[in-house]
Amino acid sequence: MSAPAESPHPAASARIPPKLGGAAASGAAAPAGPGPAPHQQNGPAQNQMHVPSGYGLHPQNYIAPSGHYPQGPGKMTSLPLDSQCGDYYSGLYIVPTQNVVTPNTANQQPGAQQMYGRGPPAPHIVGSTPGPFQGATSSASHLHTSASQPYSPFVNHYSSPAMYSANSSVASQGFPSTCGHYAMSTVSNAAYPSVSYPSLPAGDPYGQQMFTSQNAPTVRPVRDNSFSGHSTAISHSSPLPPPPSHQYHQQQSLSGCSTLSWSASGLPSTQDNLLRNHSGSLATANSNPTNTVADSLSCPVMQNVQPLKSSPVVSSVLSGASSTRTPPAANRPVEPVASVTQPSELLQQKGVDSSSTTSSASPVPNSYDALEGGSYPDMLSSSASSPAPDPAPEPDPAPASAPTAPQPSKMAKPFGYGYPTLQPGYQNATAPLNSGVPPSSPVYSGFQQYAQYPGMNQLSSSLGGLSLQSSPQPESLRPVNLTQERNILPMTPVWAPVPNLNLDLKKLNCSPDSFRCTLTNIPQTQALLNKAKLPLGLLLHPFRDLTQLPVITSNTIVRCRSCRTYINPFVSFIDQRRWKCNLCYRVNDVPEEFMYNPLTRSYGEPHKRPEVQNSTVEFIASSDYMLRPPQPAVYLFVLDVSHNAVEAGYLTILCQSLLENLDKLPGDSRTRIGFMTFDSTIHFYNLQEGLSQPQMLIVSDIDDVFLPTPDSLLVNLYESKELIKDLLNALPNMFTNTRETHSALGPALQAAFKLMSPTGGRVSVFQTQLPSLGAGLLQSREDPNQRSSTKVVQHLGPATDFYKKLALDCSGQQTAVDLFLLSSQYSDLASLACMSKYSAGCIYYYPSFHYTHNPSQAEKLQKDLKRYLTRKIGFEAVMRIRCTKGLSMHTFHGNFFVRSTDLLSLANINPDAGFAVQLSIEENLTDTSLVCFQTALLYTSSKGERRIRVHTLCLPVVSSLADVYAGVDVQAAICLLANMAVDRSISSSLSDARDALVNAVVDSLSAYGSTVSNLQHSALIAPSSLKLFPLYVLALLKQKAFRTGTSTRLDDRVYAMCQIKCQPLVHLMKMIHPNLYRIDRLTDEGAIHVNDRVVPQPPLQKLSAEKLTREGAFLMDCGSVFYIWIGKSCDNNFIEDVLGYPNFASIPQKMTHLPELDTLSSERARSFITWLRDNRPLSPILHVVKDESPAKTEFFQHLIEDRTEAAFSYYEFLLHIQQQICK
Amino acid sequence: MAFTFAAFCYMLSLVLCAALIFFAIWHIIAFDELRTDFKSPIDQCNPVHALVLPEYSIHSLFCIMFLCAQEWLTLGLNVPLLFYHFWRYFHCPADSSELAYDPPAVMNADTLSYCQKEAWCKLAFYLLSFFYYLYWAPSTARPFGPSLVAPSPHVSIRGTRTGTPRGSHAPGRGTLGHYMRVLTILLMVCNLVLISNRRAREIPRKRSRSLCAPRTSEE
Repeated sequence: MSAPAESPHPAASARIPPKLGGAAASGAAAPAGPGPAPHQQNGPAQNQMHVPSGYGLHPQNYIAPSGHYPQGPGKMTSLPLDSQCGDYYSGLYIVPTQNVVTPNTANQQPGAQQMYGRGPPAPHIVGSTPGPFQGATSSASHLHTSASQPYSPFVNHYSSPAMYSANSSVASQGFPSTCGHYAMSTVSNAAYPSVSYPSLPAGDPYGQQMFTSQNAPTVRPVRDNSFSGHSTAISHSSPLPPPPSHQYHQQQSLSGCSTLSWSASGLPSTQDNLLRNHSGSLATANSNPTNTVADSLSCPVMQNVQPLKSSPVVSSVLSGASSTRTPPAANRPVEPVASVTQPSELLQQKGVDSSSTTSSASPVPNSYDALEGGSYPDMLSSSASSPAPDPAPEPDPAPASAPTAPQPSKMAKPFGYGYPTLQPGYQNATAPLNSGVPPSSPVYSGFQQYAQYPGMNQLSSSLGGLSLQSSPQPESLRPVNLTQERNILPMTPVWAPVPNLNLDLKKLNCSPDSFRCTLTNIPQTQALLNKAKLPLGLLLHPFRDLTQLPVITSNTIVRCRSCRTYINPFVSFIDQRRWKCNLCYRVNDVPEEFMYNPLTRSYGEPHKRPEVQNSTVEFIASSDYMLRPPQPAVYLFVLDVSHNAVEAGYLTILCQSLLENLDKLPGDSRTRIGFMTFDSTIHFYNLQEGLSQPQMLIVSDIDDVFLPTPDSLLVNLYESKELIKDLLNALPNMFTNTRETHSALGPALQAAFKLMSPTGGRVSVFQTQLPSLGAGLLQSREDPNQRSSTKVVQHLGPATDFYKKLALDCSGQQTAVDLFLLSSQYSDLASLACMSKYSAGCIYYYPSFHYTHNPSQAEKLQKDLKRYLTRKIGFEAVMRIRCTKGLSMHTFHGNFFVRSTDLLSLANINPDAGFAVQLSIEENLTDTSLVCFQTALLYTSSKGERRIRVHTLCLPVVSSLADVYAGVDVQAAICLLANMAVDRSISSSLSDARDALVNAVVDSLSAYGSTVSNLQHSALIAPSSLKLFPLYVLALLKQKAFRTGTSTRLDDRVYAMCQIKCQPLVHLMKMIHPNLYRIDRLTDEGAIHVNDRVVPQPPLQKLSAEKLTREGAFLMDCGSVFYIWIGKSCDNNFIEDVLGYPNFASIPQKMTHLPELDTLSSERARSFITWLRDNRPLSPILHVVKDESPAKTEFFQHLIEDRTEAAFSYYEFLLHIQQQICK
Repeated sequence: MAFTFAAFCYMLSLVLCAALIFFAIWHIIAFDELRTDFKSPIDQCNPVHALVLPEYSIHSLFCIMFLCAQEWLTLGLNVPLLFYHFWRYFHCPADSSELAYDPPAVMNADTLSYCQKEAWCKLAFYLLSFFYYLYWAPSTARPFGPSLVAPSPHVSIRGTRTGTPRGSHAPGRGTLGHYMRVLTILLMVCNLVLISNRRAREIPRKRSRSLCAPRTSEE
């Protein structure tokens, strides 16, 4: 959906100089720029690496690299194509637009050359150049110029004293070019201020299309970049809407990303923004090998439906609210708004449903699945979260589904299976106990009168027939006799409970994937909370990859004047001009700009603005939200090259992955990259543009580390791409003969900090052993004999403060440190992890990594790296969590630095980071019926934009204990408990933490038992909402992090704890309680369709050996690892069709792949596994486990309902709890 | 009465106690600032760290001095705090280079309120001991006999506590005791002035930050 929304407008010409400046300055941007040529000429002269004679150096190291360089020129010539066209077109556009590929690529080169070749190109040329290409370069050059000012001081600073005399020749090469570069951009900077940003874009929550161009007469389909000829035509002449089919084709080609903007066209911010959404969604698509763009795009079902949806689309001309700021004659931004013919109806019927897009309203029932796949926000992005239609959290009012679920979405799977085996059991249990159930339905109906929103009164009445209020909420309170219920685990994945709000609020509420609370009914007082004995807290996944995200660019971001809350769907409008904050209850004025609603094109409907219609929005922030200009994306790789590391062979994989993904690293034209390696010395690599080959600079003084050439170690990715590629090709072989076994990690990190501190960014550290030299050296603390001790587990905390202090320093300089620990022995992760914990980094751990001996780990590293390198990233971020007055934040969990009571400082934010917050109730909430939580994440996107992502969650307040129990979100509660238990085991002891976990169950169940007094006390009764609580706690106790008695390496345990702290809920739940499926009899019954693939949905099995039959094959999904267990007498047909071996005996012991066989069952199994794999932060490795192989113990230790020598079975655990309660 | 070592101890502790009070107040302010978002914990914890070790060592010095002077009662009153300090010192995170206040952990609501409570309790303790050293010190330790004791209405209370005979409450004007009192009062005033200065510096800073640096305050 990138839109090169260009307009014949002065701003366009004002943009040209910077563009040229940027192009010239960043040599890589020019397709056939003069950049590479000098390099090649220099080449022969400097064929050997420049090594300062002062530093001790082993010459043999450099034989390999020099051998590589002769190949350079050949590659260099191909650079421009690779870096630009190859990147954007092959990756993104060829597949979706088959019909236009050829003209497209043909057009594109001339277009680009024109752009760079001619001085002031006519606006239409810019408009007709291929969108992404154009957008990238122009916006990039803008950003470049905008950032050049802050950095130019550095140039002066560095160039003045040639202080690092080690390689003066290099310095003299490097500095002039730098100076020229910056001089250039500062000049162009002068033109920059003349560009104004009158934009008022916003996202489209309803899946409609909205566009703005700046001038009244031109109404253009901005999206149509890839049809270059087509769009040019339209942009010049016709005020007519574009053919709808094209629109939709294009839209769908962006994998359902319906973010759009109607900002002033052609402005870099817009382009950039669009481009970024675009690339963001594509990056995720790409990260998964099978889920290519083609999958999500050209599925026939979607195309069939598109005309249907687009038929009611009309576009019309509209006046914008930001008229005063629009620079030229154009009075108001004009918006060709593609809206639905009956906008009001749309709004009422489904517009309010923040998560449904147009496609969900499709009247074509048989394509429902496909549409769901396209429409449901999580469908493409996170399969793990809610892949199947999730009726509970997102009631779908679409006519197609309404008939199928006339009586509300109890279990209203529009298709698929219900709860086949569960139902009978439930009936048995329910009937006799019903008398004991508190009369909760009246209580719930009480929640219906929350309609405080003027615009929604009629809406709720119109939806009265669809009301979910009568849905079986009491279900969650139905007492379950745990000891008698054999099948406690439902057959389908457990969904997050829906807060018991009235229908309007329910629809507006934040997706449970981003924001969950352990109690969806907030108790009124702390006393009530204490009585319930349940943890109260929030589980956040704030930077999740979203397929649909309204992006709002407005001049004023409307916030409460006293508590600074962002305006959100749960505020109340007192009248047209005033709104009341839902967090602090202050009455604020509605700004003039906010009165205009770009969606309905009407004035005076502030409650219909996208901010008020969506609980997850993203604002483009103004300069008010910056302390300094947005930083560029800066990546530094710090690599261990000691003997141990070379032996493990990770360098090959890393360099290969980097080479493959170099172009996909998130960033703009300012992106910088650098490399350092270390063993007992620290090696820097000078990659300054203009050198013929990378230079290695060795600093052996590890006690007082300095940077040899501070300005040429982090280089522009595009200017020095050839050098970087050379280095990456050379690196794996450079150290093959090293005999250095020491590792000076601490000094290397200090150097990395020095290098990064001017800009901030991301440091990726690869470490393979205990650091043994210099600051931060560590001793082995693990006693292998204690691994399976049931008593004290020591050394869970750090051994030194060095890494924590370093992390805090890094965090202060907006630098995050990500740790990849690939070790075969103990490496004291407990200490090393501190460098990531406090700097908001992430931690990856590959125990016993070896590239040939342990191919599955190698493959996992490769896949993880791919995701790691290409996923979205936000820099210099802070996250503030606000909550309604009376509640207060208590303790935070995750990787960050807490800067004040509600502010987390996050040097980097990535889409795989989760957070947890404990809450306490400080004042009674008696005078309110709703509480709200708001997370605002302010970050700098990789494209250099300041953005704020805001999530708002609204929950009801209840006053009775029964209601509190009715609203328990057991998964969230378990994840919060796990986080608390990690803290407890570090601060106190592991056994203490285990006791606390057991006590959590005992306390909550006994507290519940005392509320239902008329039940017999001999039975262990839990409310239905809590029925899985004991099971999950037992799973936690058997989790690597907390288990005792089973041999667990200390690093493994610490890593599991780190995972618990920073994984988002959906992934964490799989780590705690794996899913078990039987896969030898997959059928299409109840299958869902994702991206044109049929994904079977086998029922969940409980984690007990009793479910394993020798005739079957079972798949266990543990989050980061999959096991396929093959029973001894498994059907030979299955083994042959799926595994590709004739019989059980011939299956090899180590098997990590399913072969691609052309059979139905193989296809089903593979599509199911691929679907499970999609979008995990850690790509799972697959182990095929034969029944008799030694590896089966690993599989069996996950069967948590069974008894092990050191731990209870589930039934025993229940009895234990019962005993404790009766005590 | 002669100018005994014990008397010297009391005099010195009196002065040092004033310093401890000052430290305690500093702590209270520091944690209050943290709570109200004025400062980053890293910035804040550094000066607080700088004060922790002096505080502990000053207090240990007291105890050693009272031990040498064989002032068992005073020592007994101080020993619990001494042990507490030892406990704090050896229970701090990892290296014990960062005394007690760990920047990442201090913002945890529990930790913060604990720190605040601790600071308040210490302030109370130091204040009480200050007056104890001033007035209630056993007469054996009073270097100048009754002259150190101010003519005050607290006589009866004093009498009840130590039980030592006292009656010669000559007005202390012009004596060393009087100067001591003036000195301590001056010290207290200095404390207050310092603290209020610090406050005064903070308030405009807060205002300016919220105006021109919204990134920290906005998000």
